[in-house]
Amino acid sequence: MTAAALPSYQRPVGVHPPLDSPEYRSSLLRAPKLAPVPLPQRLTEVTGPLLGAERVTGTDADLTRRHPAEPLGERIIVTGRVLDSDGRAVPDALIEIWQANAAGRYAHGVDNHPAPLDPNFDGAGRCLTDSAGRYRFVTIKPGAYPWRNHLNAWRPAHIHFSLFGRAFTQRLITQMYFPGDPLFGQDPIFNSVPDPAARQRMICRFDLDVTQPDWALGYQWDIVLRGRDQAVFEEHR
Amino acid sequence: MTAGITPSQTVGPFLAIGLPWPDGPYVVDPGTDGAITITGRVLDGAGDPVPDALVESWQAAPDGSFGHPDDPRSGGSRGVVTPGQHGGGSEKFRGFGRSATAEDGSYLLVTLKPGILPGNEEHAQAPHLDLSVFARGLLDRVVTRLYFGDEQAANDADPVLGTVPAGRRDTLIAAPVAGRPGSYSFDIRLQASQAGPETVFFDV
Ligand SMILES: [Fe+3]
Repeated sequence: MTAAALPSYQRPVGVHPPLDSPEYRSSLLRAPKLAPVPLPQRLTEVTGPLLGAERVTGTDADLTRRHPAEPLGERIIVTGRVLDSDGRAVPDALIEIWQANAAGRYAHGVDNHPAPLDPNFDGAGRCLTDSAGRYRFVTIKPGAYPWRNHLNAWRPAHIHFSLFGRAFTQRLITQMYFPGDPLFGQDPIFNSVPDPAARQRMICRFDLDVTQPDWALGYQWDIVLRGRDQAVFEEHR
Repeated sequence: MTAGITPSQTVGPFLAIGLPWPDGPYVVDPGTDGAITITGRVLDGAGDPVPDALVESWQAAPDGSFGHPDDPRSGGSRGVVTPGQHGGGSEKFRGFGRSATAEDGSYLLVTLKPGILPGNEEHAQAPHLDLSVFARGLLDRVVTRLYFGDEQAANDADPVLGTVPAGRRDTLIAAPVAGRPGSYSFDIRLQASQAGPETVFFDV
């Protein structure tokens, strides 16, 4: 085995938020203060867990059908593809999501926002991408919610997304936002991403073709993971 | 080019809704021959526990292999590998562990000690786990490595530990717990505090 036979994943320069983002107050005591040590990618980093169908059961991709009755709120379909930055689909990959209910309240003991819980909504979902990297969830549109980061701080509506890809280096946890949200401007988490174009990539797109008549509004959102370093990959095809 | 990548965002305080699995901490069944236990706490810059973090681990099997098609020794196969003589041949070894932290910041991993990884044009790598830590307050995961305190010869020759300033290396070493064979302790300090120096994190 030679080092060159292994894939290598591109470094996402300038894409992710800096850990040290003081406007987001929770980062103050938690963001490491010392510079990270560069770690050339070796076997452990270019492999990763390939979690499969055993992690997903029947109604996991439809958050409106996990309880005796339907949750309150605006029913939506969220679908798209998981790709890497070279445009290759990421098939058979686990996606996990969690979100607040339509009133902006999480089904979690730590959430003390005085908005109603919904007994028919737990806010958790899972699915696997198909062979073309496609995923699809049915859920309800989450509400915005207040938090105590600064005076009158509100999170724009969002769904938390967790993705594995196929290598440890591709692991990503992010949030999907909705188009035209008036709360973007005051949100330090959304704005922690320094590049405005990269910020836009966290916002889904309303899609009339995904919308199901008389049933649910459709949103389209592609997620792009780190791609392989082309030079190394081509050389060893 | 890295154009087009979706940015990372924090898991926020409610990750427990979506991420923990009942079997997450158990990379192998706890009854497996040779199973080891890794425990520790995630601590912040005040030395306080971080109760809303998630620790994930990824590692080789005891023979140093990964159940992954990009491991050149895998023959292109994917999925779990059997731990061989360490696991009686029947139990499944997932290679991946996941533990949400408790109120006291503690996490748990039950696994098998990974093997030595072959070197390329360098020394072999000492047994290690790659760890990701996610938490409210972290806008992106932080990545560290866990090495074993009872593998000193292998650690001394490890090419990654060799790139870490000597005075910080011991933040990457899990200590065997006295009187409890197969138990290791590994705290993750996001910042320095009276609890100890900042853990070394890697840019991967
Ligand atoms: Fe949230």
